[in-house]
Order: sequence, then structure tokens, then C-alpha cells
Amino acid sequence: MSDLRTIKITVLRYRPEEEDEPTEQTYEVEFRDDWVVLDALNHIKDHIDGTLSFRWSCRMGVCGSCGMMVNGEPKLTCAAMLRDYYPNEMHVEPLVNFPIVRDLVTDMTDFMDKLKAVKPWIIREEEKPVSEGEYLQTPDQLKDYKQFSQCINCMLCYAACPVYGLEHDFVGPAAIALGHRYNLDSRDEGNQQRQHVIASKEGIWECTYVGECSVVCPKHVDPAEAIQQTKVATTTNRLKSLVMPWGNKK
Amino acid sequence: MNIPKHDVLLVGGGGAGLRAAIAASETYRGADIGVVSKVYPMRSHTVSAEGGTAAVMREDDNLDLHAYDTIKGSDYLGDQDVVEAFVKEAVDEVIQLEHWGCPWSRDEDGRVSVRAFGGMSVKRTLYAADKTGFHMLHALFQTSLKYDAITRYDEWFVTSLLVEDGRVCGVTALNIRSGNIHAISAKSVIICTGGAGKIFPFTTNAAIKNGDGMALAYRIGCPLKDLEFVQYHPTGLPGTGILMTEASRGEGGHLVNSKGERYLSEYVPGKMELGPRDILSRSFIHEQRQGNVFEGPDGSYVHLDLRHLGEKVIDEKLPFVRELTRNYVGIDPVIEPIPVRPVVHYCMGGVHTDIHGATPISGLYAAGEAACVSLNGANRLGSNSLTECLVFGARAGQVAAQHAADTDFADSASMVKMAQDEQKRIETQFFGNNGKERVANIRDDLRQTMEEGAGIFRTEDALKTTCDTIRTLKERYENIGIDDHSRVFNTDLVNALELGYMLDVAEGLAHSALLRRESRGSHARSDYEERDDENFLKHSLAYQTDGDPRIEYMPVTLTRWEPEERTY
Repeated sequence: MSDLRTIKITVLRYRPEEEDEPTEQTYEVEFRDDWVVLDALNHIKDHIDGTLSFRWSCRMGVCGSCGMMVNGEPKLTCAAMLRDYYPNEMHVEPLVNFPIVRDLVTDMTDFMDKLKAVKPWIIREEEKPVSEGEYLQTPDQLKDYKQFSQCINCMLCYAACPVYGLEHDFVGPAAIALGHRYNLDSRDEGNQQRQHVIASKEGIWECTYVGECSVVCPKHVDPAEAIQQTKVATTTNRLKSLVMPWGNKK
Repeated sequence: MNIPKHDVLLVGGGGAGLRAAIAASETYRGADIGVVSKVYPMRSHTVSAEGGTAAVMREDDNLDLHAYDTIKGSDYLGDQDVVEAFVKEAVDEVIQLEHWGCPWSRDEDGRVSVRAFGGMSVKRTLYAADKTGFHMLHALFQTSLKYDAITRYDEWFVTSLLVEDGRVCGVTALNIRSGNIHAISAKSVIICTGGAGKIFPFTTNAAIKNGDGMALAYRIGCPLKDLEFVQYHPTGLPGTGILMTEASRGEGGHLVNSKGERYLSEYVPGKMELGPRDILSRSFIHEQRQGNVFEGPDGSYVHLDLRHLGEKVIDEKLPFVRELTRNYVGIDPVIEPIPVRPVVHYCMGGVHTDIHGATPISGLYAAGEAACVSLNGANRLGSNSLTECLVFGARAGQVAAQHAADTDFADSASMVKMAQDEQKRIETQFFGNNGKERVANIRDDLRQTMEEGAGIFRTEDALKTTCDTIRTLKERYENIGIDDHSRVFNTDLVNALELGYMLDVAEGLAHSALLRRESRGSHARSDYEERDDENFLKHSLAYQTDGDPRIEYMPVTLTRWEPEERTY
């Protein structure tokens, strides 16, 4: 067996029925070498203090539930090894830039609304009947958008985004990247319908290209690149439309 | 109190639930659909499926071949009419998902690619690299957002099914965020809550998979069918149980024992690494008994060797495997073999439904892993389950919507009372007593006894002990105490309610396994090593009673394939 070591973890607590503002609570956790931060939280919940609340599910970095601030950085706690923090003390807090519901649980309603606003589904003028088979799409066409389809909606990019921290109307990295993902999909014809959200003042133009979203993304989606590409495409379209105001249908 | 009303209400928002919701809303204009999910739907466990989705897509394949593979894989316990409907509708369903934007991997000519999978005679598994479930779930969820007829109840947890005059007329659900219990009225309710892998200690399954929906149905008298059949996936990471997809073998990976041998030549010489999961998992135990395995801190393991595939294939076809092994065990499969062992993966059994997804209880439907439509019989073939979510999710959505069109809502006043009673029941049971039993301790003991009695190999004695232990655990559960007595986002309470579901499903499972005195598919009895078609070519049905569950049986539907010896 791996040797057990003990780490001190200070967790932000907020119980809205009992307190007006967040407090801190420190736990000592004996951990195995292969434990992740989430394992420590589960150990606390199961054996020390069942009142600590947080979200989690898959424990393999794909469901997107367990994002939190770990020592000030947005992390998937199921993919952050405790040994990388030991022997220092750790601080675990809910993702910043979101209202706190309880303890480490944040309110993500805002994102859910923004996700829907970018129309993240295939839009076509005419749908091909299923009986006629699949739309052909070459590996190169798939590659155009594949990276942006990897978003697990974990919200780390929103926690890292200084603009979203100041301006909550900002559509934000993940939603823009997902809208862009459909715009780049060879099967889609919905670019125009998404533009009024993505290319609006609250869309790409709010972004000051700090790039922190891409740094923290656990799936290498690179939302900053999505925003940059959209800015270029939107500018090009706008310039084109000056030359050919009636010839820019798509 | 205003009670929300929906023609069709989904319990669960994963692959099957979302497919059913879309199907229901497309069945007739004006159909009003609700989706209750204890997590945001894109967190559902469909997200973790890796390898692919089976359907007949190529010239070298045909429907009968897919049907035969599935039936043989099921060890002849699959209902053959169900299998035939499945393989036929699978094709349109995967194309429909393609039209909805699923980023299937592609061949150079633009067609969706197919890969080899265990127990399938030809390449017929569509995939999106090795994140197929993730891409399917997000494509379904994002597509569902365009349907205004679908109302979501995200992070609501169903605590009971409401029954009036013998028919299901809605649910009570805990709004996790507020802590209030509400009634939701529905003409049809579809259970799509996934499996119950978390009743075992080592599993690929996510934390949320506790058999919720199975227990909800069981508690109102609906039988759970073929529960004894639990699939072990042969390649999970020791300890965490993180799944190393079967696609890693489909793409050519080898399983190697501690002597450096590809030991499957002893067990499935004709298929080797592409043998079905039940046989591969048992082969591991045989190797373990012969001392041909490695020993580590999390028990025995063998090696999954991908090195000969090369970095390019691994990065293109199996990027998630590389990401997971690097993150969780510090191993790069390009240069080192991966330690793997069998871990619980999938429940073949579940809520008994007919070919349309209807249960014996009026107004109640089920689909996906939570259901047992009898597609998978005694052993599911890899890559059939994602397709099952689509085909039978769609079917259940359609029939539930048709039922709703011909039905009236139940009386709201009585439902208000039912919700109040439910709130009182939960507060009394979990907040009112000063019980000393911790959720985690009972849960750990349950998992241990399931592994000991209902694991890969089973015996009469061990199963009896497990049945007895579960009975004791249920008594201990009556004396449960939780730390958290607050309302807002009380996950302590949710976990306690989930534990109640787990105990019910475990009870049905262990008793069904005890009475099936034969070996078939995933159910391997050391004391009854042969398949016994004379006595057990039949489905088990577990009914809840005040004491031990009552187990009944019903015949398997055979159409064109006579049971034969199952060798590969």
C-alpha cells in the first residue's frame, strides 16, 4: 500500500439558511498517493462532516460537474492530484464569478441561458430525410470544428475570464466556442442566426483576449481561438457586405 | 399550491431520456414534455461511454448478422423480436443523430467510420474518437434545447412515483436547490435513470448511478427483470475503475498476463481480445487463480498493451485513453502497458418493459440501462447500449406520448396531499430521528457484500450470505442518521435517499441470482457451471414484498435462432 500522508484542506463554507456570508473550515485528511482533490472532499463528506456540499459524478474528467477553485485556480477536482499540493495547505472554494448556492456549489443558470442563446444545434434551410442517409463530412471538415466540440461545460473558463467577472452580460468563452463549433460544421447553415448573439456587443467584442480561458480549459478547447476566429470572420463579412451589400446571404 | 403538469415526464436526462423527450415532443403537436434530472442533463453518465454505437452501415454487414451476434452474445436470453426491431431501427437512429450534429469519426470519403468491437462479426461500431457517449449526449442535449415543448427540472431528484387507481399519474421530486418536495403531474412517466453499478465497489459507473429509477418502479409493484445479470468490463483501471474502452482492443490492443502471454488464446481462440465481455472477465479470474497476474495496491491486474499501435493511432483513435492513463496512473500507453482488471460496468436487468418500452403498470415506461426490454439478455455486446438508448428511448417516447394523448390528468388536489405526505415522510425518516448509522458505512458494507456474493463467480452459499447481509443492512438503514438537516442543496439527504434505492435493487439482484441455478452469460455459478435451457431459458421477474422479493419467470421470445452452444 502507498504510504498515507495528512494534508490540511481549508474549504469555503456557505450555508444560506444559517449565515449571511461565507466562512472557512479546515479539515485534516489522510490521503493515498493516488488520491485527487475530489477524493479528499468525499472522504470529508463520508467520514468527517456530511454537511459539506459539492457536485461530482464521473470522476474521470468528462461529466464537467466538479470544477472548483483550488488554491485560487479553476480546476476539475477529479483531475487534480493531492500529492501535487502536499505538503502545503490547500484552499478549495467554489468557482469564482458565479453566485454561490451552498458551500462549493455555484449557480450556473446564467450559462444554461447563454448556451441556449447561441443556438447550439444544427440549423439547415432544408433538412435531409433520415432515409437518405448521412451527410458526408470529410475528416478535414470534421477537424475544422472538432476541437470546439470537446467542451464539457465545466465552467472553468468562466471562472478564469476577467471580463465575465466584471460584465455578466458577456456571452463568455464556452458558449461562444460552442456557437462557433456549429458555425464551422459543414452540415450547418445557421451562422446568420447565431451572429446577433455571438457578434453582438455582449459577444465576441467584449473579449479583451486575455486568453486565460484557454489556459485553464481541461479539454484544450481553446475558446480564445474561437473568439479570435469569429472576430476575424465577422470583420471580413462586414467588409464584404460594404462591397456587396446584397450578396452576402450566408 | 400549483402543480406543474406534463403530458410526458422523463425521469432522467441522459441518452435515453433526451431521445425519448425529443421523440415524445415530435409525436404529436402540442405534447408538453418535462425532463426531471438529478444532475444537469449533460452530466448524465452517457457522457462517460467511450467506444461506440453499433448499427449496420456497410455493404459487408446485414441486419441478420447484427441480430445473430446480439442474440449469441446474450447467451440466448435476449428476446429475438426485440433484437430484430433493434437492429432495424438502429440504422435510422444513428443517422438521425448524425443529422443532429454528432461529430462521428469519418472515412476519407466522408462516410461515418466503423470500428471492430467485441462479439461483433464485422466492423459496425460508429464512434467519435473514444468519446462517443460524450459527443452523443451533448449532441442530444444541445438539440433538445431547440424544442420549446420540453421543460427541464435540472437538479430535481425524484423520490416516488405517484399512483392513482392503478396508474402512474406523476412523481414527487425534491428540488435539490430549495429543499422542497413538489408533485409533478404527468399522464405518462418514463424512467431513464441508468443502471446501478454503484452498488458494487469497483465500477466504471459514475457516482449518480444508484438504480434510482429501478427502485422507484419496484416500490410500486413493477417487476425488475433479469437483475442477476451484471456485466463486468474486462478493462478498468484497478482501484478507480476508470474505463479503458473496448475500442482499445477493437483497434488492436492486446491483453497480456504476468508471464507475457496473450492468455485469451486459452479461452476465446477464435476472437482473442474481441471476445465478449463476460468471457473475457471470467478468463481474468482463471488467470488469477493460476497465479498468472500482477499484484498491486488495488489487487490483481493484467496488462492492456497498446504500444504496437503507435502514437499516431493512439492519438487519433484513443486520445481519451491516453489522457486518462496519463492523468490517473501516470502511464503513457505509447511507451508502457496499462494495468487493467474487470470492473462492474452495466446492468443487463432493469425495469421490465415490453418491446415498446411499456411496463405492466399503466402510464409507466422505461428505456435505456434502467430498463430491461430484453435486448441484452444475459450479456450485452459492447456498443449496443448507446444504440439501445436511441432506439428504445425513441420508442418509449412515442408510445408514452400516444398514451398521454388518450388520457386525462389525475386530480391535482389529491396530488398536493401526496407531496405533503412525502415531505413529511422524508423529514421524519431523515431529520426526525437520531439514528446512528452513517450513509457511507452502510453503502460500503453493501458494496462489499455484493462483490463477495454477486461478483464474477457466484455460489449458493455466498449468495445466501449476501441476501442475509442485505436484509440486515436494510434494518440498519431504518436507523440512519444524517449530519445535514438543512434544506438548500442538501447532498447528505440525496445520498441517503439514493442508498435506499441501492438497497432495494441489490435485494432484487441477489435473490434473482440465488434462484438462477445455472450459468448463462454474465451470471456464472461455480456450483452450476452449465447453461440449463430446460429450466432457465426464461426471464426472472423480481417483485417487492414485505419480506424477501418474490421471483417469477416468463418465457424468452424466440423467432428464428435456436439456442446453440456459445463458443467463440
